[in-house]
Amino acid sequence: MLRRRVIPCLDVADGRVVKGTRFVDLVDEGDPPELAERYAREGADELVFLDITAAPERRGTLLDVVERTARRAFIPLTVGGGVRTVDEMRDVLRAGADKVSLNTAAVAEPELVTACARRFGSQAVVVAIDVLRDGPRWTVYVKGGREATPLDAVEWAQRAVELGAGELLVTSIDRDGTGLGFDTELLRAITDRVSVPVIASGGAAGPADFVAAVRDGGADAVLAASIFHRRIHSIASVKAAMADAGLPVRATTGAAA
Amino acid sequence: MSDVRPRIAVVDYGAGNLVSIEQGLTASGAEVVVARDPAAFERADAIVVPGVGAAAPAMDRLRDAGFVEPIVGWIAADRPFLGVCLGLQLLFEASDEDGAQTFGVLPGRTRRLEDAPTLPHIGWNQVVRRRDHPLFGGIADGADFYFVHSYAGAPTDATDDVILAETEHGTRFVSAVARGNLLGVQFHPERSGDDGLRLLANFVSLVRAGGRAPAGVAS
Repeated sequence: MLRRRVIPCLDVADGRVVKGTRFVDLVDEGDPPELAERYAREGADELVFLDITAAPERRGTLLDVVERTARRAFIPLTVGGGVRTVDEMRDVLRAGADKVSLNTAAVAEPELVTACARRFGSQAVVVAIDVLRDGPRWTVYVKGGREATPLDAVEWAQRAVELGAGELLVTSIDRDGTGLGFDTELLRAITDRVSVPVIASGGAAGPADFVAAVRDGGADAVLAASIFHRRIHSIASVKAAMADAGLPVRATTGAAA
Repeated sequence: MSDVRPRIAVVDYGAGNLVSIEQGLTASGAEVVVARDPAAFERADAIVVPGVGAAAPAMDRLRDAGFVEPIVGWIAADRPFLGVCLGLQLLFEASDEDGAQTFGVLPGRTRRLEDAPTLPHIGWNQVVRRRDHPLFGGIADGADFYFVHSYAGAPTDATDDVILAETEHGTRFVSAVARGNLLGVQFHPERSGDDGLRLLANFVSLVRAGGRAPAGVAS
């Protein structure tokens, strides 16, 4: 049976792991390959790198970090941030990523999703959707959560899948870094309408939130950053809670507890 | 067991991440040669075809680089070969994904996973063995491996002893095959943590032994 995944997310800026609250106030949290290896050892099912600087002139730094990570951590790696063309996606995959996540570029140029899916297969194309609650609706934001779009998150999610996305990474900006738990209503609205796997992101405080994202939100995978970086909770304890709730998880053999 | 590092050619046809399979095989005791053309096969002890994505563009690039005939010939000579993910699917006759004609060294087609609760099938899932094989030596039956795909090779005859292991996602599909020295896995051992590395090391051991399974083990 397919396991529900627990995915540590590493926000990377200038080759270092950082973490902010509501996308700002960045704090240095370590070296990406080192953290990646630690998480692989502790039972992470996959890793996500989001390059939050994503300046084109620093692209080389990111590719170097991706390659050093791929050589140390033998679990899947998704990389997002600043990929705008098929060739840029190719470079990131060649550096050692298995999937590339498109966000701002997918909104600006939806045909990019299709072009990348044709070239590398849908399974390599993740569309990341940053969402802010706006009264009764969910609005898609781009440029690292700084700029509103006219798009409704649920409609954009469906469109992204039609365009060729093989997976969706749904982040609640309202919840990001707050520890208020995942937005399970948002997740459910999306998972009820798409058949591709959905990764829940934004707001994890404890193991119970991971259970809720899967059970109530229908998420296939759950992503978190600060609670793992700061060792507030281990991957093993999150998976134990999920297993106790009857959710299928991959056994972790790591020493963490 | 000797210290000789068998030389394994990993076929590069522009289909993305080669770092992981290269590093995985190197960590497992192989000397890896990234093959950009078939000349690299001359001094190789084994060939690995990795890859993800659709069959037609992969076949186009393999054909353009002159890989198809040398690979089919290699397999016909029963020399050690491992296909990973798309590299396994290509062993069959054709793909339903885009109608591509593939290597045709195994009878059957690559078909879309039926009744899957989610597609693509992304994540860790159990690989349940149909029979023993040294490729899975030291790995628990039902161990989790990492999958990323929507299609899988379906042998014409489901009782075919080419089937080494199966996995369930909505429906049961073939997740590993073996026929002589021809091996294929639908999952990604290079992304499957310790068990994945063990499988790659088992492959390297088989290559080192000349591709022959130890006596007494079904193959």
